[in-house]
Amino acid sequence: MNITELTVHELQEKIASKELTVSEIVKAYSDRIDEKEKDINAFVTILTDDAIAKAKKIDEKINNGQAISGFEGIPIGIKDNMCTKGIKTTCSSKMLENFVAPYDATVIENLNKEGLISLGKLNMDEFAMGSSTENSAIKKTRNPWNLNTVPGGSSGGSAAAVAANMVPWALGSDTGGSIRQPASLCGVVGLKPTYGLVSRYGLVAYASSLDQIGPITKDVYDNAMLLNLITGHDPKDSTSMDLPKPDYTKALKNDVKGLKIAVPKEFFAEGLNPEVKAKLEEAMDKYRSLGAIVEEVSLDISEYSLATYYIISCAEASSNLGRFDGIRYGYRSENGETLRDIYFNSRSEGFGPEVKRRIILGTYVLSSGYYDAYYKKAQQARTLITNEFDKVFKDYDVILAPTSPTVAFEFNSKSSPLEMYLADIYTVPVNVAGLPGISIPCGVDKSGMPVGMQLIGNKFQEETILNAAYTYEQATNFRANFKPEFKK
Amino acid sequence: MQVSREQLLHIANLSRLNLKEEEIDNYLENLQEILTFAEKVNSAPVDGLGETIGANNKYNAFRKDEVVAFDDIEALLQNAPSEEFGMFKIPKVIQ
Amino acid sequence: MARDDYEVVIGLEVHAELSTKTKIFCSCSTEFGGAPNTHCCPVCMGMPGALPVLNEKVVEYGVKAGLATNCEISRNSKSDRKNYFYPDTPKAYQISQYDKPLCENGFVEIEDDEGNPKTIRLLRIHIEDDAGKLNHDEFGGGSLVDLNRAGVPLIESVSMPDMRSAGEAERYLRKLKSIFEYIEVSDCKMQEGSLRADVNVSVRKKGATEFGTRTEMKNMSSFRSIVRAIEYESNRQIDLIEEGGVVEQESLRWDDVSGRTFPMRSKEDAEDYRYFPDPDLVAIRLSDEYIENIKKNLPELPESRKQRYMSELGLSEKDARLITASKYLSDLFEGTKNVCGNAKLSANWILSDISRILNEKEMEPDQIPFTAEQLGKMIVLIEKGTISSAIGKKVLTELFENPNDPEEIVKANGWIQISDESAIKEVVMQVLEANPQSIADFKAGKDKALGFLVGQAMKATKGKANPQMLNKMFIEELNK
Repeated sequence: MNITELTVHELQEKIASKELTVSEIVKAYSDRIDEKEKDINAFVTILTDDAIAKAKKIDEKINNGQAISGFEGIPIGIKDNMCTKGIKTTCSSKMLENFVAPYDATVIENLNKEGLISLGKLNMDEFAMGSSTENSAIKKTRNPWNLNTVPGGSSGGSAAAVAANMVPWALGSDTGGSIRQPASLCGVVGLKPTYGLVSRYGLVAYASSLDQIGPITKDVYDNAMLLNLITGHDPKDSTSMDLPKPDYTKALKNDVKGLKIAVPKEFFAEGLNPEVKAKLEEAMDKYRSLGAIVEEVSLDISEYSLATYYIISCAEASSNLGRFDGIRYGYRSENGETLRDIYFNSRSEGFGPEVKRRIILGTYVLSSGYYDAYYKKAQQARTLITNEFDKVFKDYDVILAPTSPTVAFEFNSKSSPLEMYLADIYTVPVNVAGLPGISIPCGVDKSGMPVGMQLIGNKFQEETILNAAYTYEQATNFRANFKPEFKK
Repeated sequence: MQVSREQLLHIANLSRLNLKEEEIDNYLENLQEILTFAEKVNSAPVDGLGETIGANNKYNAFRKDEVVAFDDIEALLQNAPSEEFGMFKIPKVIQ
Repeated sequence: MARDDYEVVIGLEVHAELSTKTKIFCSCSTEFGGAPNTHCCPVCMGMPGALPVLNEKVVEYGVKAGLATNCEISRNSKSDRKNYFYPDTPKAYQISQYDKPLCENGFVEIEDDEGNPKTIRLLRIHIEDDAGKLNHDEFGGGSLVDLNRAGVPLIESVSMPDMRSAGEAERYLRKLKSIFEYIEVSDCKMQEGSLRADVNVSVRKKGATEFGTRTEMKNMSSFRSIVRAIEYESNRQIDLIEEGGVVEQESLRWDDVSGRTFPMRSKEDAEDYRYFPDPDLVAIRLSDEYIENIKKNLPELPESRKQRYMSELGLSEKDARLITASKYLSDLFEGTKNVCGNAKLSANWILSDISRILNEKEMEPDQIPFTAEQLGKMIVLIEKGTISSAIGKKVLTELFENPNDPEEIVKANGWIQISDESAIKEVVMQVLEANPQSIADFKAGKDKALGFLVGQAMKATKGKANPQMLNKMFIEELNK
């Protein structure tokens, strides 16, 4: 038995039946990280020593006949933009290279309460700004399917670590596609929940009105389980919704008969790689064969969605990142004498180029004289985009779309920031409208690289998209057929 | 909209960022390209539409006026680059 | 042209710290003082990932303030970020309200310089968070940031430019302070910085319809400075214009020592606050029922107390107005009156001796160190004849210095009044003997002489003699 290839629900069974101890599981992951980290570079902070000690304690409990909860001893990886008390939270930035958060994010509190064991903090694009994890100031994470390609981003470390079996599952965050796109590029399952479903308290903000934390997992069942662990109303986050908490695993019915799936033709037009398109068309056929109704619709929003997204996200980021000033925490430049020097030099030396670019863009669109032309327009466009989605969801349950226009691309292959931004064209509308979206693998291209399919649901309809994803997964069984090969 | 070098420097100043001479042209070009793209937002038919503020329609998220002291005051200072008498030390500010 | 040809135009932005138990967006205590950075948490320290949640009391107090100043209360308002970098602002933005404030279009009534009623319009009242404090480092030559005050709730009341003199500005601010004290939303302690004003001043030729360019003096926290600053700044502007110069719109710092204003920041750092709706907070929607409920429970306002003092307690309009100008005085009056049962005497003590001492000491009524019970008891001692009014004044001085039970004070100082007839008679005879001229004067019809003699007797007894008895006995003796 190869422990690290097991899903979490399989691990739970093995722990329950005493086939495996928690220590054996954690040790297996520790060994796997030792083996693969040099190739993958997924971790910013590795906590395996601590994890082994915790595992021992849980095994003692089990041996003493004490009952343990369902998730006690299950390892996990955390994207390094979620605050962990006493452990560094770097956002993969020089600015926070040595920052130790004084508190736990709400999602971390939830995981701790359930007894999960953190294997470490995972690499990302600096402050979650990017689509390749190349913007990390710490290291370049590689895609386990082909080490010469990027894992996607910004949750590239999380997706690569799950794909490479270095963690059984991980938390990522998604502002414009940062869970779904790397999940797609790494052949794993990633879900961005409806805005307000998961608390943002303790998630270092990139764009507050778009950010959501979500699960990145090997399969859909694990995804539903991890979603169960992180959802729920949090009084510390004003935007968190107070709604009844379903058990998402109960929604996995392995049945899509009569499910109405909309395929927006604009998402399949120019710019979409033909091989990716072909795989998605196969997936549509699969859904039809499973009894779903798949129909083409028009949803003509993608271009101004992307414009809207970059205006709003950069505007919010320019304000959110003002607090990094070298006064209370974070990098403080040694250069200069005055307060002004501390501000300018700490920020200029502490932030990488993409972060600075977005701060400048965001400051520009909010500045006097430009607010109405950009920010106000974008806020209105946001209403329009939401309305357009609403129209589709009047008649359909799920929207099927590509997650990324291409499979994983090579390092340094995007010639300009804008070209990189276009990698998010199919994922950002979902954040702009605050909807849930999941990316699941739907095959590989000729070079053996995974292709992702995105299923978008109406607000708080996670159960619908999880079931649609699960049913497809059960019918196709991607994991049994394809494995990352660590091609060099 | 055409962005001038002067505007870029003004914005960088507002953002408390120094741009090195060799960075300026690059940032100017990127900003121009991105803004030109961002102007696509103007093609969206938004006449008469309200502004979406926040991604959900939640309102009145209030907290009771009850004191809960933070449990680890020391941890709040542990990241300070420079500290004195329990305060964050900075170069002298003339008010 | 002379300064008299100009009209001064003043508008005030008044910041009052709300007296809630916790900060506006986190559960930290708002208590004044405390070791630096101990009333703090990740939220008010602007730690990465921390999020604000609005204190419901802040909304309630804001609405109260709006209702008490005749504002319209917004059914739908929101929070906006005001972005700027300063070490006392840990998030690099203040959470304020930009285009949808909690309250709008109010007014308060004051008197103009001639004593005629005048209405000052309020543009708006909004809620926002206070900044931290920068302390000067005595040893290391740097500045030290203390964030205990960061996140304390404020209401900012913005007036229209309706004031035309420093006196009007002072009366407006006193009125606003008094209202906030009455409705108990702020303790308005200027010496602790819980009430501060940004003062906007411009000048224009009398009769002009357009406003002149205004300057703003930030963070003023004493009535005296505000009056001086307005006078200085308006004269500076007039002189500048007279010399052919142009007033520039800028923020100024008033320096109390030199009595001058100085520009606060250079051109290079021109402000652009980039206001936008705070995505971490949600809209504030208030129902008619919520607002009605607050209105119903609003404490008695000064105007109503004034009417009651006149109709029920028989105070003159002037006395009632003076006492109700400050909630602290008014509360002191009511408490004192309840203890001693004499409204008239209570009012007299407060408006004469206490007001005089406050003036001399440059204190505000909220700094009065003794209680209404102590003052009331002192009045009882006078009424009972235990002490004279003259001793009462001494007791009052003592109450200001070392507040204590007046009876204790009187005992400790041996101030009990001499009401023993033989003792009084002895003093009277001694004084008469020593002042034959006064006797002659009295007999020649100079009534003043009696006062002099009583004064001498009081002096001889160190103020302890019963003045009524002295009077009576002197008259008896003189008429013999």
